[in-house]
Amino acid sequence: MVLEKDLNLDATELRLGLPGSSEESLRISNKRALPDMNDDSGVAAAKKCDQETAPPTKAQVVGWPPIRSYRKNSLQTKKTEAETGGMYVKVSMDGAPYLRKIDLKVYKGYPELFKALEDMFKFKVGKYSEREGYNGSEFVPTYEDKDGDWMLVGDVPWEMFINACKRLRIVRGSEARGLGCV
Amino acid sequence: MNYFPDEVLEHVFDFITSHKDRNSVSLVCKSWYKIERYSRRRVFIGNCYSISPERLIARFPGLKSLTLKGKPHFADFNLVPHDWGGFVYPWIKALAKSRIGLEELRLKRMVVSDESLELLSKSFVNFKSLVLVSCEGFTTDGLAAIAANCRFLRELDLQENEVDDHRGHWFSCFPESCTSLISLNFACLRGEVNLGALERLVSRSPNLKSLRLNRAVPLDTLQKLLMRAPQLVDLGIGSYVHDPFSEVYNKLKIAIQRCKSIRSLSGFLEVAPHCMSAIYPICGNLTFLNLSYAPGLHGNKLMKLIQHCRRLQRLWILDCIGDKGLGVVALTCKELQELRVFPSDPFGAGNAAVTEEGLVLVSAGCPKLNSLLYFCQQMTNAALITVAKNCPNFIRFRLCILDPIKPDPVTNQPLDEGFGAIVQSCKGLKRLSLSGLLTDQVFLYIGMYAEQLEMLSIAFAADSDKGMLYVLNGCKKLRKLEIRDCPFGDAALLEDVGKYETMRSLWMSSCEVTLGGCKSVAEKMPSLNVEIIDECEQMEFNLDDKQKVDKMYLYRTLVGHRKDAPEYVSIL
Repeated sequence: MVLEKDLNLDATELRLGLPGSSEESLRISNKRALPDMNDDSGVAAAKKCDQETAPPTKAQVVGWPPIRSYRKNSLQTKKTEAETGGMYVKVSMDGAPYLRKIDLKVYKGYPELFKALEDMFKFKVGKYSEREGYNGSEFVPTYEDKDGDWMLVGDVPWEMFINACKRLRIVRGSEARGLGCV
Repeated sequence: MNYFPDEVLEHVFDFITSHKDRNSVSLVCKSWYKIERYSRRRVFIGNCYSISPERLIARFPGLKSLTLKGKPHFADFNLVPHDWGGFVYPWIKALAKSRIGLEELRLKRMVVSDESLELLSKSFVNFKSLVLVSCEGFTTDGLAAIAANCRFLRELDLQENEVDDHRGHWFSCFPESCTSLISLNFACLRGEVNLGALERLVSRSPNLKSLRLNRAVPLDTLQKLLMRAPQLVDLGIGSYVHDPFSEVYNKLKIAIQRCKSIRSLSGFLEVAPHCMSAIYPICGNLTFLNLSYAPGLHGNKLMKLIQHCRRLQRLWILDCIGDKGLGVVALTCKELQELRVFPSDPFGAGNAAVTEEGLVLVSAGCPKLNSLLYFCQQMTNAALITVAKNCPNFIRFRLCILDPIKPDPVTNQPLDEGFGAIVQSCKGLKRLSLSGLLTDQVFLYIGMYAEQLEMLSIAFAADSDKGMLYVLNGCKKLRKLEIRDCPFGDAALLEDVGKYETMRSLWMSSCEVTLGGCKSVAEKMPSLNVEIIDECEQMEFNLDDKQKVDKMYLYRTLVGHRKDAPEYVSIL
């Protein structure tokens, strides 16, 4: 559909926005809406159109897309929570004078978490194996889950872990041997 | 028929339950009118301003169940100011004063105050059922009154209401003697709930069939509730987050397996996807699954869940299911009748995860499909034509392309032919919502083919008045027409004003109708209320008839102008 400038279509032109509002800022250009155009001059014209007029963002159109306010608000809440809600847990290490706090959400997986803990507490985690836990390391990372049990870090998938972990404790290797042998 | 005593006719009328049929019965003769009105128990009023409570009470003294709808549909999308109207208080007040033994009240898009709820709870001894959908204006204090005073309460169903949650212990207000609950839905409440009181309530409600929890109810409480209510048919899960290796989760698995009657599942307002396997045992029985509030569930976990749901008839889902996921639905859910795909990121970068491909897959795999609500990134004419061929049984077809004037991306054509195919093929179509780039042509098709159409929603479409005229002239059964941002003006509006008396209502916003045009309708049709909603108060200072009207809502009524309109609403 080509915008015909010769015919005076102003009266019936589709617009976004309230009647009486400035034509320039809220006009929809049909050319702008079409992404795959073969006509070069058309593309240039469209680009020019874009620069001259401020294309309306979706948020400017009241009531579009047509979803119930209740549903829209729910989505907003979830998004905000997902974005800003940190998962801070306390981290203690045997022998350290005070505890630290870290945000589990910041890490993408176990390797990043261990690196952060190693940097924070100046120790080495050692190699993890399913069969033997962290056998051989001086220090072993453990966590308290929602049931109150102390578990070995690394057994379950990362997502599961961050949802279950209430606090972290880095125990001396000798004490942790029992945990590695389940 | 004259020789039948009234009691016999009444007995016969007992078998006639649909509102339409009852209305027809009452028109046969005076005698039937009289018998019908005394035996009528349920009344449905689609527009609360079309009739007054006093006249309702006078005609139907035996009324037990009342359904009322308030604001126009576009109020859902913030197009109607909050205090426009739709107050339930005058209805409850009038009913309370009368001798009506109200037992059931169902409200949609109405303003419900705590005062109304309190009056309701104290005025009707046998009150059994309260259903509120998309209402607002009340707090948990009002719910506390219902809980405390309605001794025989069976149903409290709150769907998508905006409730001011005072986090009071309204749950504790259900007396120990309340054991009659059949249905309890408080999923829309955002605040904390007294979990102990909830558990005790469920324990003493042996008839409880439907339970929908809010987000504040954690998994361990869910497990306890299910242990006490294995007879549930409809379950809405609140929070579903836990460590799948914990004891609580194991107990939950056992509890769920005992619930062999669950046919409907919803909620998952907070969800840990790795815990879904506990649900699998009941999936095979589900006929309704609503995951539209669970954005945390997507990808493989979601598909795996759906693969277990072979008997699904209704599925409400978010678009993060993707076209691929809809392919899984098409392969698995052969009994599917209704599909709703909601946008998970409505204002995002325009990357809705579903396109025309997903819809085509479902239409091919699910021949019983008859009801659709589909928010998508794009649509093509070819896809719509295919869908029309695959599924000629559509009753409801609502398509929303997130970019409202997007053409067919393959051909750059408007979607006239696609929608035309839908209306031509689906002879039973009752409800249609259009979107995408559309010209007058699509309305020509609608007027020609959509003979059963009752409700039509139009946005950002058409080229001229002809579009609206095609519809008004062609769709004989049209009841509700709602239009926004279309170039329809006075010529279309005034062509056949008598038509509006055959309809419930007409909404036009951001169109080309003028104040003069609206005045003309009001003058010619005293049986209509023609409301001009003017929030900017432009009308006050400029009473020029040529002024374009921002929002017009007209509806037929038996009781003239309403007295409760706010300042910015003029009734012509």
